[in-house]
Order: sequence, then structure tokens, then C-alpha cells
Amino acid sequence: MQEAAAVALGKSGDRKVLPLLEALREGSVSVRTMADGRKETVIVGDKVSEGDKTLVPLFGAYGREPLIAPDGKPLLADVAALQEVSAGRSLRLALRPLIDAFLGSSQLADADPAVRKGAAIKIGNAGDAAPLPALADALGKERDRWARHAIEEAMALIALRTGDESARVAAAARLGELGSASGLDRLRDVVAETAAPAALRHAAQAAIKRVERWALLTSAIETIFQGVSLSSILLLMALGLAIVFGLMGVINMAHGELMALGAYATFVVQGWFAAHWPSAFDYYFLVALPVSFVVAGAAGLALERGVIRFLYGRPLETLLLTWGVSLMIQQGLRLWFGAANVDVTAPRWLSGGIPVMAGLQLPYNRLFIIGLAAVAVSAMYYLLFRTDAGLRIRAVTQNRGMAACLGVRARWVDACTFALGAGLAGLAGCALTQIGNVGPELGQNYIVDSFMVVVTGGVGKLLGSILAALGIGGLNKIIEPSLGAVYGKVLILVFVIVFIQRRPSGLFAAKGRYADA
Amino acid sequence: MRERALSVGAALVLVVVLPVLNALPAESPLHVSDFTLNLFGKFLAYAILALGIDLIWGYAGVLSLGHGVFFGLGAYAMGMHLMLEIGTQSVYRNVLPDFMVWNRVTELPLFWRPFYSGPFTVLAVLVVPAVVAFVFGYLTFRSRIRGVYFSIITQALALSAWLMFNRNSLNLGGTNGLSGFKTAFGFPLNDPATQRGLYVVTALALCAAYLVCRYVTRSPVGKVLVAIRDGETRVLFSGYSPAAFKLFVLVVSAVLAGVAGALYVPQVGIITPAKMGVLPSIEMIVWVAVGGRGTLLGPVVGAVGVNWLQSILTTTYPDLWLLVFGGMFVAVVLFVPDGVVGTAQKMWSRAGLRRPRREAAAAGSGEPAREAVESPR
Repeated sequence: MQEAAAVALGKSGDRKVLPLLEALREGSVSVRTMADGRKETVIVGDKVSEGDKTLVPLFGAYGREPLIAPDGKPLLADVAALQEVSAGRSLRLALRPLIDAFLGSSQLADADPAVRKGAAIKIGNAGDAAPLPALADALGKERDRWARHAIEEAMALIALRTGDESARVAAAARLGELGSASGLDRLRDVVAETAAPAALRHAAQAAIKRVERWALLTSAIETIFQGVSLSSILLLMALGLAIVFGLMGVINMAHGELMALGAYATFVVQGWFAAHWPSAFDYYFLVALPVSFVVAGAAGLALERGVIRFLYGRPLETLLLTWGVSLMIQQGLRLWFGAANVDVTAPRWLSGGIPVMAGLQLPYNRLFIIGLAAVAVSAMYYLLFRTDAGLRIRAVTQNRGMAACLGVRARWVDACTFALGAGLAGLAGCALTQIGNVGPELGQNYIVDSFMVVVTGGVGKLLGSILAALGIGGLNKIIEPSLGAVYGKVLILVFVIVFIQRRPSGLFAAKGRYADA
Repeated sequence: MRERALSVGAALVLVVVLPVLNALPAESPLHVSDFTLNLFGKFLAYAILALGIDLIWGYAGVLSLGHGVFFGLGAYAMGMHLMLEIGTQSVYRNVLPDFMVWNRVTELPLFWRPFYSGPFTVLAVLVVPAVVAFVFGYLTFRSRIRGVYFSIITQALALSAWLMFNRNSLNLGGTNGLSGFKTAFGFPLNDPATQRGLYVVTALALCAAYLVCRYVTRSPVGKVLVAIRDGETRVLFSGYSPAAFKLFVLVVSAVLAGVAGALYVPQVGIITPAKMGVLPSIEMIVWVAVGGRGTLLGPVVGAVGVNWLQSILTTTYPDLWLLVFGGMFVAVVLFVPDGVVGTAQKMWSRAGLRRPRREAAAAGSGEPAREAVESPR
């Protein structure tokens, strides 16, 4: 009885019935007796307690309009006076597809293309023939490319399952054209179907081939993209390391921890925004970028002025010293923020991505990091080769003694450069919060890789660092799928060693007559 | 003479006195507990490793941040033999080690089989680290990778080895490593007498390692090593091949590290990849730096001292240990570059006492000035 009535309501297609069906499933439909003795079906809202009575606000069964008491306030009723309409398991089961169909068709008309797309995908996966007219209708109105794609895919999927033979053949071909990854299993089912007509099976086979080719193409592009994005992280890290190493011959083992400082600075800024200025929370990241640069830069300056300046010309000692500092920073972070990873929420404008082609989406956060790396490299280029400060840095790098004789304050240049390198590390840390975990060991995960970049690129060579970062990052992502991350890393080490065999001072060796270069 | 007397005295205390005190009845005030003796056994194994690092860093001036790998190789070789000795006494009552049963390995992998043999294991402990060091050193030294470049490459080696040994597919126990040993060459490991025996073997091995290092450093080869440290280019121009000498010293120090690992395993009862990663490798450097590089007593003092401090601090103030450890790095590099032993030797000689011999002179010469002069950039 109940089920038949519910199905009848569902088939009516009246959107105002939806709240009632949903309420029925939740079990929040009741019958109340009105003052004149008539009975009325209502939907009850969330309970509120008043004294020892539990009251609920009432809503109309048709369209869920709030009921208003004579005094103009929302109508409240005592729970005890209501008679609940119970929905058994079979009724709830019957309700579900009805509600889904309603939701699907209403979502197909949603203002957000992403919601429309999601609804179409859902309907397509369900494979029910009923929403087909609604889909065709939606397709006619749809302007968004990716929502259109999803709707077409859904229609083809449904047709492949429920249509007659010619429709199925056409649907299979269409799925192939669309490069539909979700259709792959269905198509395989069709090929395996012994009862299927030969024409259909051929069409399905051809479609599978097309889809697979498409998948290969998208995964190749994705790999390249991931390689570039990993490279840009490595580059952001290696940039700071490379200029410090090139200028002062200082191996900064604490570079990773400076990066962690930048990441934690981002975390703190985020916390501040959440507590004091929630309305602007989405823009915290724009503040966090300069803050993390300054925090890490200041830490770097303190490090340089405090200890490293006593050790110039003793690279191995500096290496050990900075490693000690890195342990202390790491433990300090652990004591202050806790050993567990902290949670940095991505601002809304960095979540999601640009769909480039079917089955491939480029996430905004990765794109942002690539952009940041490009900006940082350009800025470094400008600074080093187009400004007076850069001229001084290069002069000290090439010949410290001579530069000092000509009036360059070499020590001052050292301090500034070190702070700059540290600031770049902070920036890298800030960017990393968007794609990885933030914990005290953050820096350790990337430090060896970025040293590989510096070694391969050659000391103090910006272009070398860029190429090495691209090479190592790209290679990593190319090897990873076939060999796994671990053997990928090992292979890269081997590769670097072999490479250094050929070019002992990196990609771009300094030209000169140094026996010890 | 003073140093020789000191060394012989220390050796006597370590090899004879401690085990004897351990064998005393527990009520005796001079009794050394099994726990302490075992702890010292571990420290002495570390000291062997530290001697090896001192040889390559303190004398030849090559800073390797990957000695954890060689230590680990020796330790795993020994661990594999001990693992096979367990036989069917394991939890799963299977001939295979437990973790293999767990990982659904049905047959003993080929490279495990020779480790049934004790003599082969001992040979592997010496040869495997040596071969790895030789291949790695040949490739790096031949292309004249040196200084910080070498350090970074070795660090990458440590990272790679750590990553690899963490994999279950390598059939070496993955992250959990090898543990649960019952006997070592037939002697039950839970018997205090066996542990005492292991301690004595370790102490004797340390003495032997000390003598080997002493012999090497006082031989003409040792002179060339110090010369390489002080001016590699000049050594090259004088007609020597620094690469060959460095390769030699790397192999020797890798073998010492392997021996240390092999002695470490039965005493501690477990070896995991965590012992061969980046951090442990660099910890080993600190032992040597604290004790005093370029002296032979220094690394022994450093390894025992730092680890002793660690075992005290990690039980009382676990949070502070890394801070203290990091601070130790900074302080030693900045204020005590010669380490404890090196500084003590200097003070002796300044006080007008009998001048320490060649080692102290070698360690005392100012390294910083030299490097600054030599690299023109």
C-alpha cells in the first residue's frame, strides 16, 4: 500500500513531493490531529526541549513549507501528541531510487557545472533507462563542455545497457569516441557476452582499443605534468641551496628544516586567520607566502651571523654544523607543535583543477607551485644578472678576495645571500603545505633529492640547477610507475653517479684554471 | 710512551677486568651487571666502526655520510646466519624465518642459502661491505668526486640503502628487520656466559682493529693518506694516485664497519634498516668528531662516551636528547674541533710535558687555514 503510494508520488515528477519522500526515509513524518479533529500529515523538524516537554517545529507535507501558528511564530507541537508514520525497510528501499531520480534530475539543472557533471556521471553509472529523456533534455541546454561530455557519456552508457542492437552498437562507438574510462568495464562485459551479436562485439572491441589509446595519452600527459610539478618543488628547494653553495661553498644541511619552518609559519598564519579573521580565511595563503619567506630568511640570517660565518672555507665542518642545527630545529618543532603532522587547509581557490581533456585534470595547487617556481627563478635571474646587488653577489662568488679589495662588503653579501637562500627555502615550505604533509620531518624527505639537483647542476649555476631539477624530477616520475618509488630513487642515484663520471663539476662547469675546482 | 700506556691500560680494563667483574657474584660491590656488560659490548662494536670512520675521515680527510650502509651490510650478513640458526624453533615452526612465512615466501631465496654456513657468514661479513665499498669508491674516486660532493653522494647511498632494505620484496624482513635470534654458532644467546663471551670477542676485535689502524697510519700509506687530506692536488702532482689510496682506506674502513655490525647483531638481538639510514650514518660521524679525529684513541672514547650519554639521556629526558645531540655537533665543530682526545693531547703538550707523538702532530695542524688557502674560490 505505502510503497505503491510512494511510487505513484515519485512517478508524478512533482518536485514538491521530494521533501516528503526524504522525510519518510529519515522517519520524520508524523500525523497530527488538528484542533477541529481533522488529521493532517506533517514533516517534523529538529527537537527542542522546553521545560520537561520536547517540542518539534512542523512543516507542511507538500513542499515542506513551515507551518505558522496563529501568533505568527513557527508552529511547535509536543512530540507526544504526534503519531509517527513508520517506514519499513521495504518502503525505504523503494524510496531510494525515487529520491535519487529526483535528486539526479534536479542536479542536472544545478547552477554549478561541477554538480551537473557529477549528477550525469552518477546517473550513467546507475545505468537505469528512466532518466534518459531528462538527460537528453539537459544535453540540449548544456553549455559547459565537461558537463556535456559527462551527459553524453551517461547516455551512451545507458544506451549500451538498455537499448536495442543498433542503439547499442552506436553507444559502443560513442563511448570509444568519448574516451570513456568508466565505460571500459561495460564494453569488456559486452565483448565477453557470448549471446551478443557479432557487430556489437566488434564495435565494443574497437571502442575498447580507442579508450585504451586515449588512456595511454592522458596518463602520459599526466606523468609529464607530475614530473614538472615535482621538478618545480625540487627547483624551489635547490635554488636556495645552489646560490648559497655557489657563493660560500657552504653545504646547508639545515635547508630542509628552514623549509619546515616556512611550512609551520604557514600553519600559524592559517591558525591566526581562522581565529581572528575567518571571513578572509581564503586569502590567508597570500599572507603566508611572504611571512614564510621572512621567517625562514630571518632564521637563516641568524644562522649565518651566529655560527656559519666562523667556518667559511671549511665545507665539511659547515656540513656537520648545519646538520646539528637541523636536528635542533627539528626537535624544537617537535616539542613546540607536537610530533604529529599538523593540518593545513588548502584555500578554496587552490582546490579543484582545470580539466584539460577527458579523464585528465590538472590540479590548481600543482599549477600554482609550478607558477611559483617559475616566478622565483625569474626573480632570481633578474636579481643576479640585472641588479647591482646581483653583480656584487656574482663578484664575490667568482673571486672573494678581489671583490673585497674593490670595496664589496663580502661578509655583508654573504649574510644577505644566505638569508635569501633561506627565504627561498621558506617559500618552498609554504608551497609544500598545499600538496604534502606538514610535520617536523618535512625537510628530510626532500633534502637528499635537492642535493642531487645541486650536485648534478653544478655549483652556483642557475641554469644547471633548473635543468637538473627538471631532469631528476621528470626521471623520477617516469621511472616510478614501472619500478616503484624506491627503485626509482636508487636508479636516480646510480644515474647521478654515472653522470658525474662524465661531467665531474656538473652540467655547467665553471671555466677557469682551478686545479681544485 | 704515555699514549701506549694508556691504550694498553684501557685494553686490559675492557678485555679482562670488566668480564671478570661481571663474573663476580651479584652481591659483590664490584659486580658489573649483565645489562651493563651487554651495553658496553654494543658500545665497543660502535667503537670499531668509529675507528674505521676515523681512518677515512680523520686521516684521509674524506667525509663519508654513508657508513651506516657498511655497518648494516655486516650486520645483515650476521643476522641472516643467526636467523637460519633458529630453524624450526621459530613461532611458525617453519624452516623459513618467520617474516618469510608471513610474506608468503615458500622457498628460501637463493642468496640466503650460503648463510647456513658459519665460515661463509664470517667471510661475507668481511667481503660484502668491502665489495660494495670498492665498487662505490671506484666509481666516485675515479671521477675525482671529493669534498662535500663525496659526502652528499654517500648520503644518497645511505638513503637508497635504507629505502631498499625497507622493502619486503628484498626478503630481508622489511621495516622490522631481522630479530628473534636464539643461538649464535650454537651458543644460546640468552645465556649470560654467551653474552660475556661475545663481549670479550668484541673487545678483542676492537683491540685488533686498533692495532690495524695503528699499523696503517704509521706505515708509509698512512703518510700519503694524511698528505691527501692536507693537499690532495699536490699529492696528485707528486705522482701518487690519491684515488687508489682513498679507495684502499674506504675499503678498510667499510670492512671495520661490517665487523662492527656483525658483532653488534648478536649482542643487541635485532638489526633493522633504521640502523643504516641517513641519521645513524651521521651520528657515527659525531662520535668521531667528539672523541677527536686524527687520533686513534679519540673515536673509541667518542663512540663509548656519546652512546653512554645517549643511553642515560634517552631514559631520563627523552625529549632533550636530540637537542643535546644537535648542540653537541655545533659545539664540537665550533669550539672543540680536535675533539676530547685531541684537545687533551694539545693541553699535555702545551703544559710542557712529554710531547705526544706523530698522531697528535698530524691532528693538531690547522686544517681550516689549509683549505682556505687551497681553494681559490
